Amino acid sequence: MKKVLILSTALTSVAMAASAEEISVMSWGGAYATSQIEAYHKPFTAQTGVSVINVDADNPAAPIKAQVEAGNVTIDVVDLEYADAVRMCDEGLLEPIDPAILPAGADGTPAADDFLPGAVAECFVATIVFSTLYAFDESKFPENPPTTIADFFDTAKYPGKRGMRKGAKVNLEMALMADGVPAGEVYALLETPEGVDRAFAKLDTIKNDMIWWEAGAQPPQLLADGEVVMTTGYNGRFFAAAVAEGKPFKQVFDGQVYEYDGYAIPKGAPNMERAKEFIVFASQTQQLADQAKWIAYGPARKSSGPLVGLYQDGKTEMGPFMPTAAANLTNALPSSYEFWVDRDAELNERFNAWLAQ
Amino acid sequence: MADTTSTTAAAPLTTADGRSLKAALATAQSRAKRRALFLVLPLFLFIVITFILPIGQMLHRSVKNDGFSANMPAISAWFAENPAGTEPDEAAYAALAADLQAASAAKTIGVVGTRVNYDMPGTRSLFTSSARKSKDFVAPFKESLLAADAKWGDPALWGVMRQVSKTYSGNFFLAAVDLARDADGKIIRAPEDRRIYVSLFVRTFFMAGLITGICLLIAFPVAHLLATLPLRYSNLLMILVLLPFWTSLLVRTTSWIVLLQTQGVINNSLVAGGLLSEENRIQMIYNQTGTIIAMTHILLPFMILPLYSVMRPIPPSYVRAARSLGATSWTAFRRIYLPQTLPGIGAGALLVFILAVGYYITPALVGGASGQLISNLIAFHMQDSLNWSLAAALAAILLGAVLILYWLYDRLVGIDNLKLG
Repeated sequence: MKKVLILSTALTSVAMAASAEEISVMSWGGAYATSQIEAYHKPFTAQTGVSVINVDADNPAAPIKAQVEAGNVTIDVVDLEYADAVRMCDEGLLEPIDPAILPAGADGTPAADDFLPGAVAECFVATIVFSTLYAFDESKFPENPPTTIADFFDTAKYPGKRGMRKGAKVNLEMALMADGVPAGEVYALLETPEGVDRAFAKLDTIKNDMIWWEAGAQPPQLLADGEVVMTTGYNGRFFAAAVAEGKPFKQVFDGQVYEYDGYAIPKGAPNMERAKEFIVFASQTQQLADQAKWIAYGPARKSSGPLVGLYQDGKTEMGPFMPTAAANLTNALPSSYEFWVDRDAELNERFNAWLAQ
Repeated sequence: MADTTSTTAAAPLTTADGRSLKAALATAQSRAKRRALFLVLPLFLFIVITFILPIGQMLHRSVKNDGFSANMPAISAWFAENPAGTEPDEAAYAALAADLQAASAAKTIGVVGTRVNYDMPGTRSLFTSSARKSKDFVAPFKESLLAADAKWGDPALWGVMRQVSKTYSGNFFLAAVDLARDADGKIIRAPEDRRIYVSLFVRTFFMAGLITGICLLIAFPVAHLLATLPLRYSNLLMILVLLPFWTSLLVRTTSWIVLLQTQGVINNSLVAGGLLSEENRIQMIYNQTGTIIAMTHILLPFMILPLYSVMRPIPPSYVRAARSLGATSWTAFRRIYLPQTLPGIGAGALLVFILAVGYYITPALVGGASGQLISNLIAFHMQDSLNWSLAAALAAILLGAVLILYWLYDRLVGIDNLKLG
């Protein structure tokens, strides 16, 4: 009896010690979260013994703000879009991250030079470059398939429902590009009221054919259901549906809008040191390259680029699916965080009013 | 009259030990009252902590926003000392520069910029970029700030800063009914492309009313059947009514998506049956139709159950008696049966209407753009734009409107006539 007691006490204390060593990472769910679990969470646990709990959200920015403002932070590391991270850093919702702790590249290049320009901000370390673009169902357009962003807005030539993210960001840029504005002039034009009017006027032309999505997992689903014939979405999700699940989806990189996404630490995170350790671990050259094995997002380090090889199926070359591949950048727009940090509230308000009319 | 009786009454009654009976009774009863209070205390505390405090706090946010005043104390003090219309002098610019430096060091400049941005879109970066340069501000501060950004000389900006420097203001309520203040503080209508909330409130109440009406039309015969069928059939029917209750709301909503979408079960069968051509598939979801269908289904039990509980005890003999006295079946229904079910109709309608007015998840999933309700905008401001003050103001208006309807209902029908089961 006594033996059993000792054994169970020992077991409990081991279990408690183990449960004390865990961190929570909030991300976007779906294929993207899977890629992070495979490339970062599992190897991190294997190396340090700290278990990593994955928490999903439609956009982690909102729950993190709520947690920090309520003083009840349960998340240690959060995956954010660049513009959100900069804004939240300004508002004091995120912990500053000292760039000096970031590891040098595998080839010895210091982190400051190895990361793509702007990929490391005061509170933010980018891990990927992702793109919002549109994809269509190949079986719906067997001949003369759409190739440009203008085709997305052309319902006469390509009849059928469209899908777009419910919000102003990216949609306004795409509308202007479809209206013939060169990528380099989009944001300068959107700074003016006429430019915003022009973008909304372009969106007006397909408003009645539109189905609005909110979560990143929805666009491939809408395409697969046949609910839309083409929809905007995140390139990694389309890739996962097309390659991993064999769906007849084709992505159109013309008019794509790409930006950084990466890790930040909420102010007051319960396991601050472990959180930093996790970010340092995840932002290594090899880890970033490994993530690209699971999803078609470009790594944020230059030294990771050459290491990106085949998809996890062992036969699909990832290169052509990367938003940063040269062939995909002929008419592409880097998302401007300066613009959106400032205009997000205003333009979304206008977007909502436009939607409700 | 009361005075005369009390003065002319005989000496007050006393207990055996000489105390006044009234006082003795009060002591004895107060002990019982205390004990009773002690019993309800946990429930009372529970309601205060989980219901009244959070809602009160949230509503408080609709008028209170100290994002500017708490982080920019010096300039806020200057606004308080100088009346509206005062030209900003060197002291004002000095206060502003000091605040920008302090807010930049404390990392609160984003909060300040966001607060001003709500009332004057496009100004957030003015604050954040100026804060970055704030170390270089030197006297004279007016020239220094204007050199950093000419926008600091804009009178409209100073008008807005004066308004947001007040910790308490009704500006969020104005915004919630599509109004705004101009630079002089006069109330004006919001620009046309920003007006959204009034029409959404109207739509929300219209759709909630419509859904309540449809629910009543469907629920009345079902409840009647439930109440009059023999027990073994009615039990089976009851399970069918309750089954959706036990199913997750999300599952029910997504199954409507499967049924109603353009490549869904209903459209597919209509096309397969030749009733519909391939190009003319009906759009039944991601619009108002979808919201109405799904919400009617989800709220139906809330109408059936109160109706059922009222119909069950109505003796069938009343209608039979009316028929035997020569009433047509319509007259018997209208004059005898219907009036007796009114408490159930009232309860069901009130319940369904109030639930429908605040519904959020179903319109978000199946409503598309035209089927959105005001609660979706409240959720948007809670979760996406993070403008909690505006969300609180919208919620307060919704709450107020529901309370007014409740009061109207009490005046017209009487809340005592409500029977929830």
